[in-house]
Amino acid sequence: MSSIHARVRRFITTNFYVPPEEPLADEESLLDRGVIDSTGVLEVIAFLESEFGIAVKDEEMLPANLDSVASLVAFVERKRA
Amino acid sequence: MRNPVPLLHDFLHDTARRLPEKVALVAQKRRVTYAEIEASANALAHALAARGVSRGDRVVIFAENTVETVVAFWAVLAAGAVVSIVSPLTKADKLTYLLNDCRAVALIADGHLARVFVGAAARAPHLRTVVVTGTFDPARLEGLPGVVAWADALAGEPVHLPPPRRCLEVDLAAIIYTSGSTGDPKGVMLTHRNMLTAATSVLSYLETAEDDVILGVLPLAFDYGLYQVIMACAVGARLVLERGFAYPAQVLEVIVEEKVTGFPGLPTLFAVLAELDHAGAYDFSSIRYVTNTAAALPVRHIRVLREIFPNARIFSMYGLTECKRCTYLPPEDLDRKPTSVGIAIPNTELWLVGEDGEKLGPGEVGQLVIRGATVMKGYWEKPEATARKLRPGPIPGELVLYTGDLCRLDEEGYLYFVGRMDNIIKSRGEKVAPREVEDAIHAIAGVKECIVVGVDDPLLGQAVKAFVVPAAGATLAPREIILACQRRLSSFMVPKYVEILGELPTTNTGKTTIPPPKPA
Repeated sequence: MSSIHARVRRFITTNFYVPPEEPLADEESLLDRGVIDSTGVLEVIAFLESEFGIAVKDEEMLPANLDSVASLVAFVERKRA
Repeated sequence: MRNPVPLLHDFLHDTARRLPEKVALVAQKRRVTYAEIEASANALAHALAARGVSRGDRVVIFAENTVETVVAFWAVLAAGAVVSIVSPLTKADKLTYLLNDCRAVALIADGHLARVFVGAAARAPHLRTVVVTGTFDPARLEGLPGVVAWADALAGEPVHLPPPRRCLEVDLAAIIYTSGSTGDPKGVMLTHRNMLTAATSVLSYLETAEDDVILGVLPLAFDYGLYQVIMACAVGARLVLERGFAYPAQVLEVIVEEKVTGFPGLPTLFAVLAELDHAGAYDFSSIRYVTNTAAALPVRHIRVLREIFPNARIFSMYGLTECKRCTYLPPEDLDRKPTSVGIAIPNTELWLVGEDGEKLGPGEVGQLVIRGATVMKGYWEKPEATARKLRPGPIPGELVLYTGDLCRLDEEGYLYFVGRMDNIIKSRGEKVAPREVEDAIHAIAGVKECIVVGVDDPLLGQAVKAFVVPAAGATLAPREIILACQRRLSSFMVPKYVEILGELPTTNTGKTTIPPPKPA
């Protein structure tokens, strides 16, 4: 089973548009890159909940938790710890 | 000394004189006063003038909801130029189109959007100046004309007064681009008079006052979002500017922290609020008004809004970019007419016409016509489209707006929205022209035919659905069609559903028509 990191990257890059000539760095803001918008965030949350079996609370829907690949990975690891 | 014949940006100058130290804007953790905004706007106006921006020239702002975007908006007006704020979600091809359509001479853009605007700016021969905000890599922008960083542009420019005034109230203040059924964005031309009339009228029924704190979570490229800036400034209120509703919890916390009093929103935004488990846990007692437009407020959302914002008056409203706003429903009528969009805003008149142009009575469905000084001057350099919308009114020489919307009036003169005469899809609060999406799909190898429609969606309002017929021998997967659309189109236009069909049904005259829903 591939790592959390690999699974998150795969989800983001297959469900949202990341131009092949501009790969997405782990630390890059998904909002700044225009990769996701407000309804995109909801799709990401649905993915996290179904893929990793965690529950994302309303108050956790913050950029610090969700706005980059690195943040998403850290968030999932924290929730599963 | 107030200017006795004001232009739109006199809202800023007058308020800055009256309340210089008042915090006008809260954004990205910055608190900016009216004096600071005016000083920066004056400096940028001088910087633009020094770089050849003259009266009536178009300046495009391509940026997120930031302090700089607000400053730039006022600065372009103070320079006597015409401002057009373009959504930061816009992709390169469309941005190129917009820059060339209005022959923009200057572009003010966020550095982090460089990957989008560099190519577009290079293909806009009229562009002479590019002012870049935030961080950027200068090497990336090599070859673009007149590139200057924001701070460098403002440095050394006069701050106390704007450049000499040349515009009249009847000169253009802004061009706001909007979609149409042909797919090509059309620039709605608005004069200072148009915008002053609209702002004054809306302020009068919202009763916005100096002690209001308005949430600015809507895109500034959208007139509804932009007018929060204008109206706050007009009365000396405070605007709390957010980039969007992507992280609702953050916005909700800011509402509480800043004691926001006014919440302009959209059905998609309220739908997200309605789905949050703990929206009720926040103390939103400070909110005294909530407004909605773009699409009708579902009745169930009204109930949710009442629960979440117990002290708020709820305003259901309706309008189009071509005249800013047509109607509003007085909050006290919401319970007895929840599906109405209300009565004409002050200083506007409306009626309905049938197919042969005759005025209709209560209960009959017809095209809504709007009369008043909010009505646009036309679409920028699109005389045919303009002629379809602006037609002679009761006074010789005047033009009224044929909205292209079907409505009906009840016995009391309250308006109900029935549908659009063209087939624009309203998804995520944005307009999507089916033709624009169809064009993008047609550009994919192996596509023979396609048709794009809106299907009802509880979260999005309408979702975009594409029916696609592959060419003989070609196989297409929905996934690849969606990806190709993501590359070419703004995110809200990308189909949520793609159905591959062997053929599209046609009418007797051979026109393709929408496939019937599949049996359950």
